[in-house]
Amino acid sequence: MSLVTIILKMSEGLGKTCAIFFLTLLFSVPLGMIVSFLRMSKNKVISGITKFVISVLRGTPLMLQLLAVTYGPHYLFGADISRNKLIPVVIAFSINYAAYFCEIYRGGIESMSQGQYEAAQVLGYTKFQTFMKIILPQVVKRILPSMTNEVITLVKDTSIAFTVSYQEMFTIGKQIANSQTSFTPFLVAGVFYYILNGIVGFAMGRFEKALDYYK
Amino acid sequence: MNVLNIQNAEKSFGELHVLKDISLTVDKGEVVSVIGPSGSGKSTLLRCATLLERLDGGLLSYMGENVAETVNGKITYAKDLKHFKQYFGLVFQSFNLFPHYTVLKNLTDAPVSVLKRNPKEVKEEAMELLDKMGLADKADSYPYQLSGGQQQRVSIVRALAMKPEILFFDEPTSALDPELTGEVLKVIKQLAEQKMTMVVVTHEMPFARAVSDRVIFMDGGVIVEQGDPEDVFGNPQSERTQQFLRNYQK
Repeated sequence: MSLVTIILKMSEGLGKTCAIFFLTLLFSVPLGMIVSFLRMSKNKVISGITKFVISVLRGTPLMLQLLAVTYGPHYLFGADISRNKLIPVVIAFSINYAAYFCEIYRGGIESMSQGQYEAAQVLGYTKFQTFMKIILPQVVKRILPSMTNEVITLVKDTSIAFTVSYQEMFTIGKQIANSQTSFTPFLVAGVFYYILNGIVGFAMGRFEKALDYYK
Repeated sequence: MNVLNIQNAEKSFGELHVLKDISLTVDKGEVVSVIGPSGSGKSTLLRCATLLERLDGGLLSYMGENVAETVNGKITYAKDLKHFKQYFGLVFQSFNLFPHYTVLKNLTDAPVSVLKRNPKEVKEEAMELLDKMGLADKADSYPYQLSGGQQQRVSIVRALAMKPEILFFDEPTSALDPELTGEVLKVIKQLAEQKMTMVVVTHEMPFARAVSDRVIFMDGGVIVEQGDPEDVFGNPQSERTQQFLRNYQK
């Protein structure tokens, strides 16, 4: 199989790679915010349970979580949600990334000075207004570098979908590598990820620059 | 009429009894300075008055309306605190401007989104206030682009833009170097001349003496002495006040 054929075959999976990437971001970014509120809850039971769940999600491999979400329902209830593999992949990825985002958000929110809350409070802003207008925009700017790290990791993590044979780019590459006993598909995959992350890095850089208008 | 009325205010943080039976009324147009050593309870008094902290006991009212009152030893706060927040403004030691907003947006956002006032009208008023302060050319700047003195003047304008009945200052010049202190004190002095009702917690003794109608000396959570600034500074009655002022003259 020629290099060109390998590249063409693998690029057929790029759409699915991007699907995992964008859908995971779409769900995990807001989900992480909800989880971070639970984590910061004044109710000790809620924050304690949330803390434990986060520790499990961050303390075990994403690959195991993916296998659990994909095949767990089958073993537990005989239910099969794994016909379209994209669903368990996006569920597992979204939950896992939400756990990481939650902690980034929490760090950002807790780093805000008390003075910002107090100034808003004295001016009569509601709690919701204070968060949306005063706190959140500043948090976004502060956490952007850490978010960039996670998003770059997510690009590479999409390859984990091969464990459940979801036909994304890396899965196809691995199948070619096996059938052709060739290492070339892995090199191609590496180049693909590098290019994708170049785009991600560029986009996040633009985003950071757009928020550079204040300190 | 009393703009602010505090009676028998009590406040503790755990074991620490910070305010002990404090009573204070401020009339319309009156300028009251609060002086005293660190930890005397001055800032806590201000924070309780501006609802950043809750009193443990006593009475707090603005314009004759009770925000908090104590019945049978139990203090209850009014439900609608937002209504009372329009009566007062607070200028912080550390400015606390919103760094992601321009100067103009810092001034106009609360009147528009809290008081639901007409944005165009609010903007015109804000520009007028900035102009009076000589900060009109800074309207589109961000806080980080301003000097400390300018930032504090903007934060005074931010409080004024809400049209409060009374303005509180919590050591407004303590974060500024002496050169910038002057420009902020000048603004407060101008407000005093315009008969703005103000309570100023300060360590600037000559300023307190020159500007206030009344000076309050606090120590250990109680009001030790209060009166005309010439009396308190010129002829302090209590030994504690004498000692405190002596240290300042050194």
